Amino acid sequence: MTTFLGMPARAPRGVGHLRGDEPFPVAAREALANAQLRRNLQHATTTIRGKSGRVIAELPDWQELRAAGSALKAYTMANLPLLLEQLEEKVTAAGGVVHWAADANEANRIVTDLVRQTGERRVIKVKSMATQEIGLNEALEAAGIAPVETDLAELIVQLGDDKPSHILVPAIHRNRSEIREIFLRAMPGVDPSLTDNPPELAGAARKYLRETFLSTRVAVSGANFAVAETGTLAVVESEGNGRMCLTLPETLITVMGIEKLVPAWSDLEVFLQLLPRASTGERMNPYTSMWHGVTPGDGPQSFHLVLLDNGRSAVLADEVGRQALHCIRCSACLNVCPVYERTGGHAYGSVYPGPIGAVLSPQLTGVADNASLPYASSLCGACFDACPVQIDIPSILVHLRNQAPHPRTEAAVMAAAAYMMDRPKLYASAQRAAKLARIAGRRGRGLPPPLNGWSASRDLPAPPKETFRDWWRGR
Amino acid sequence: MRIALFATCLADTMFPAAAKATVLLLERLGHEVVFPAEQTCCGQMHINTGYQKDALPLVERYARTFDPYEVIVAPSGSCVGSVRHQHAMVAGRNARLAARATSVASRTFELSELLIDVLGVEDVGAYFPHRVTYHPTCHSLRVLRVGDKPLRLLRHVRGLDLVELPAAEQCCGFGGTFSVKNADTSTAMLADKMRHVLDTGADVCTAGDASCLMHIGGGLSRLRTGVRTVHLAEILASTEGRAA
Amino acid sequence: MSSKDVILGRIRSALGPGLEAPAIPRNYRRDSDKPDLDLLVERLVDYKAVVHRVTGGGIPAAILEILGAGTVVVPPGLPTEWLPPEVEAVVDDGLEADRIGAADGVVTGAAVAIAETGTIVLDASPDQGRRIITLLPDLHICVLRPEQVVASVPEAVARLDPRRPLTWISGPSATSDIELNRVEGVHGPRNLHVILVAD
Ligand code: SF4
Repeated sequence: MTTFLGMPARAPRGVGHLRGDEPFPVAAREALANAQLRRNLQHATTTIRGKSGRVIAELPDWQELRAAGSALKAYTMANLPLLLEQLEEKVTAAGGVVHWAADANEANRIVTDLVRQTGERRVIKVKSMATQEIGLNEALEAAGIAPVETDLAELIVQLGDDKPSHILVPAIHRNRSEIREIFLRAMPGVDPSLTDNPPELAGAARKYLRETFLSTRVAVSGANFAVAETGTLAVVESEGNGRMCLTLPETLITVMGIEKLVPAWSDLEVFLQLLPRASTGERMNPYTSMWHGVTPGDGPQSFHLVLLDNGRSAVLADEVGRQALHCIRCSACLNVCPVYERTGGHAYGSVYPGPIGAVLSPQLTGVADNASLPYASSLCGACFDACPVQIDIPSILVHLRNQAPHPRTEAAVMAAAAYMMDRPKLYASAQRAAKLARIAGRRGRGLPPPLNGWSASRDLPAPPKETFRDWWRGR
Repeated sequence: MRIALFATCLADTMFPAAAKATVLLLERLGHEVVFPAEQTCCGQMHINTGYQKDALPLVERYARTFDPYEVIVAPSGSCVGSVRHQHAMVAGRNARLAARATSVASRTFELSELLIDVLGVEDVGAYFPHRVTYHPTCHSLRVLRVGDKPLRLLRHVRGLDLVELPAAEQCCGFGGTFSVKNADTSTAMLADKMRHVLDTGADVCTAGDASCLMHIGGGLSRLRTGVRTVHLAEILASTEGRAA
Repeated sequence: MSSKDVILGRIRSALGPGLEAPAIPRNYRRDSDKPDLDLLVERLVDYKAVVHRVTGGGIPAAILEILGAGTVVVPPGLPTEWLPPEVEAVVDDGLEADRIGAADGVVTGAAVAIAETGTIVLDASPDQGRRIITLLPDLHICVLRPEQVVASVPEAVARLDPRRPLTWISGPSATSDIELNRVEGVHGPRNLHVILVAD
């Protein structure tokens, strides 16, 4: 198919981190077999669920805030072209420069060129899902520019030569003693008597990065929110590394997905209540920075905003799936997901793991490129209840399954089953012939492939002597 | 009241006891139960596996079969959830079918909803002298939002010692074809659910869905734990003379 | 065709004709409750800020108690009568980063505080100064007047000017990155003291 300009397009292959190497069930096996990993994940997700539940219960109007957040995002999507142009105008008027990137390759090129123009060989980065999505670090490295991740969890991942496994806490799969080992092994100048006491670990990161913060002239960030009405941008964080990156360098480059907009300044009153309580389970996160273009004499004197599509317009084209763009990346859906809790984030193969990843990644790439992800859920619905902007993830999963390529045998079995079930006489005689029971074999015996995974750890019930239908007829 | 029973294909074929119990319970409470023979399956497995086109005739069949009845009951939170939240969507642009599906869905109840919301009874006069723990299946809990209705019914059962299930709201790992496509993850979820069931010291684990019970019961049986799974309808149907 | 035109064209075709924007239900709490100062103190303390409640004349004594003798960076518009004579004040007139980082602390006012969340917001007014001065020292002393306190987030947003650089601070620097528990003390100031002045 030839695509012409103006047609919604998917995220291109060969760049960025939206596609895994293996289907989910295969990739999950490793994590499922790792008892330590499962303990770490269970401990962390149980902790955060408790914290989050407590601070959400403090607000009498949580459901009203969710409804407002959801409607605000839907409103934003419906008016996106207008709001984006308004944002561009406001940011430009405030002294910023706005760039438009149709996909990952273009965004990487824009950022790399901007860094090159400063002559700097190193950039400090504050955690951003968008730059991970497009593989910006690899692009910068290829251009001879060293990206330094400054978020504690990102640092743990970078020093451990690892991959992020959670939207908010990329090193959630590591416990304190593993973090200590990584620091001792890979952090230059670390105190060899470092213990696994969390404040000490945090202190080690503080010492290690301080000089880098002070001596690097370019920073790259993402953005949690951009206000179309005023051109204000916001980064929500905890450690202060964000403040460092947004305050100390001469040049700031912010890469932001086009869906991160909010229409008006006052709309932040909703999202600044929803996000911290749903994500880290705090009434408010330690630091939120907001800036408006360039402020003379205070902070970076050169500001660039890169607006990224990379498949988002294609998501927007799907009437059911488009609500995935409402996501504010709080990660609550990951923390309550029974599948995520057991497999961790790596199994999803994309920078977006968990329930939101299972609906967002396949839409950004096209379902065929992530065909196993819509099935990586038992449809238990916990994510929908937890989502601060009420994204109906289970319905999107079901919707995407309907678009996914189906294995040929499965499709044949499904068609045959539907055929039979639409013919009550045939259905009843199939029941009576105990066809199901015969496939199942004797009680406790295994099923043939592809059903053998089921019977590996569960007994099948003994087939009943008579079906309900027979009993009813015989009454 | 005249109540049409949707037995569900799973209970009809594999777990007739749950459907029989629903009939006997409602009759005991003085209602007339009918079983429209044209019924088969709600199509949930097809819908949730990505085969909406194949599910369409099943959705049509459900709407056609049950449209004549004022009140319909099914002993399954999951199937009622599908009828209520998916059938109109599957009907899609077929506006007539969608309207009919929506109308029939509004008259379709899960058993605990029927008993408490429609029939207004909490004490069904049952007797079940066992230590029981209740697993609130995901679709009863989060799709239908039955809340504590099943527990209210169980609390009135004489002889029954109800023990709370830890982490009750967590999924058991069944998820229909999820348990086949992601068998390893499903098994890991099941292992935790079974651990919690065993922690209660109950000798019976109950729920409002035969499918989840098949999954949990299959695991408990494999481990030879001696804990039985019994459908909520069977507990509510048992009396001193007739135990499940 | 520019990338801007490409993207906007894609979005327009994705939305199709006449996608209706929903009305925004705003029935969450927006009006002014009387802010509860005790709640503010409780919430600040819960996130490990240290709170000193003083009367108008008590600010210098409180600062002295927190700091002992030492050097503090102060923004150009900080009321001079807040500082005790024992403390050496370095006024920020564009100080170099090392000078700021070497100070024992920084003293500022604030723009708004939110009782319900235990949050202080700085907006770079003359009594708060450039963002860098509250970032590099390890101790931040913030003086708060009761009329700056609001009950909830919506009231704070309504009071703030989105064209100024804003820093929302809730407790000292912290992280949830180790086993998802809040641990104080990473890159920002590890000590946050709030002096709440009574009327
Ligand atoms: S989908 Fe909802 S719950 Fe999940 S990360 Fe996004 S906003 Fe949070």
